[in-house]
Amino acid sequence: MDNIKEELRQHILEEFLPGEKPSNLKDDTPLRTSGILDSVATLKLVTFVEEHYGIEVEAHEAGVENFDSIDGIASFVKSKKA
Amino acid sequence: MSVSHLAGYLEASASRFPDRLAVADPDGTVLTYREIDERASRIAGFLADRGVRRGDRIGLALPKTTAALTAVFGVLKAGAAYVPVDWTGPAARIGTIFADCQVRAVFADCRRAELAAGAGTAILLGADVSSGTDAFPWETVLEHAPLEQPAPDRHPDDLAYILYTSGSTGVPKGVTLTHRNAISFVDWCSSAFTPSEHDRFSSHAPFHFDLSILDIYLPLKHGGALYLIPEELGKKPRDLAHFIAGHRLTVWYSTPAILGLLGEFGDLDRFDYSSLRTVLFAGEVFPVKQLRRVVKHWPHPDYFNLYGPTETNVCTFARIPTPIPEDRSEPYPIGWPCSHCAALVLDGDQAVEAGSEGLLYISGPSVFSGYWGRPEESAAAFMDRDGARWYNTGDVVKQSGCDGFLYVGRRDRMIKRRGYRIELGEIESCLYKHAAITGAAVIALPHPEAGMRVVAYLAGPEDSRPSIVELKVFCNQNLPAYMNPDVFVFLDALPRTSTNKVNYQELTRKFAAGATP
Repeated sequence: MDNIKEELRQHILEEFLPGEKPSNLKDDTPLRTSGILDSVATLKLVTFVEEHYGIEVEAHEAGVENFDSIDGIASFVKSKKA
Repeated sequence: MSVSHLAGYLEASASRFPDRLAVADPDGTVLTYREIDERASRIAGFLADRGVRRGDRIGLALPKTTAALTAVFGVLKAGAAYVPVDWTGPAARIGTIFADCQVRAVFADCRRAELAAGAGTAILLGADVSSGTDAFPWETVLEHAPLEQPAPDRHPDDLAYILYTSGSTGVPKGVTLTHRNAISFVDWCSSAFTPSEHDRFSSHAPFHFDLSILDIYLPLKHGGALYLIPEELGKKPRDLAHFIAGHRLTVWYSTPAILGLLGEFGDLDRFDYSSLRTVLFAGEVFPVKQLRRVVKHWPHPDYFNLYGPTETNVCTFARIPTPIPEDRSEPYPIGWPCSHCAALVLDGDQAVEAGSEGLLYISGPSVFSGYWGRPEESAAAFMDRDGARWYNTGDVVKQSGCDGFLYVGRRDRMIKRRGYRIELGEIESCLYKHAAITGAAVIALPHPEAGMRVVAYLAGPEDSRPSIVELKVFCNQNLPAYMNPDVFVFLDALPRTSTNKVNYQELTRKFAAGATP
């Protein structure tokens, strides 16, 4: 689980927050509602999650319920892989 | 059939095709031509009762639903002009817009009721509001008696709508369009795309975006069906792919950005798109690689590249021959002027020869009359020549052989991103509002996938610099999402030229040299 969170943090920092310190992107930092991820960025992140973790994300699963924080995405990935 | 007022399109179709489907929501709400026309007349009656008169402006801060479309026609029937805004956008920016054009009434979603607070009359959708002195629930408005006949005087030069675009000084500016402007464009669309009552159109663009003019008025003029795509669905390529196939849409119109996402993320092969006959795109350059991907999935429709700023709506167009050759990488031209427009390419005062670059000027009945309340900027946008009034698009084009004009770029600081116009100066003005920022310079660089990448260079005291996460959030609260920069970089000081202006060239070089993330 912690591994997933670190991988997600690193990916989000590289792709969408270049130059940001890892400590500023917390597990519970809102990603969608804060404007860090816009709709296109979210699609890209969903594709990354699908490819990296070998899971399929249905369109209705890609909303703020699962994709608004590193915590949320990590739990979602874990439940999908379980 | 010829009408001189946009409401006339709906009224004529309501008498020709009263029981045909006019508009549908994804949630299943549908309205026939008779129903939407009757409801719009009731809204117009309500507005007239509230003192709304010909030429008044009415704000629309609504999600894209059949109700919002009905409100558009209610406003037009009342002789007023609608001012659509992104109902999810920053309240301060929307407040500035509504104050700028002094709206008499605002239709707002109840979740953003505060957006209607300053107007004399607020109509709230989706709420259990009880009628107050100035606030009315949508249902009450629909129960009002229809506008008395004969309707108020109508003139083709009446204002129909104001579309606000990014302003370089940080304040959005309102492009004012008349019925004549819109109708000359819609009538051209009729001749170019030959729609009929059997067509089923997409409506992907939000109403505050000028692509919506074709979406709304072309189907309703011809008695076709309009399938509204609200913001949330519009951003989900897989659901959108299902939507297009499921409703057997025949005409699609959007920015290249969303078509590109459909091609990349839509899993288009899952469905049958044999009904789709025409694909239109406009708003920015379509990267050929992405266009090729779409054409491979949808080989049979006719593809058209439409070009035109909000001030003129579409003024040049090109049919794209398919299939797209594998070895082609240069973007397609924007083509030749539409039949209702004339074009001129000038370098200074001189018309340029084929093959040379120049600024594109447009004249014709679709060209706007001016920016709301900005006489100087309006005057500066036009040039008189050969007895005609020409709008300077600010776009640099090149005439390329028999293909028409090729888009080259801009000489100012306006960019296009996902089809939206952005004045980089508006982003800078926003960043300057942050207490810890003493310098802000924003540049944009072409990016093979993202189209344009927006980079904000900032200066400010080292001990109080906000984090990038904080900057993202700050911009999100003050700017539309499409203006939020991709990259933020703090410098000790912004580079300056010898005349002490921000040295944007130096910043562009800095970024290209990879000195920054």
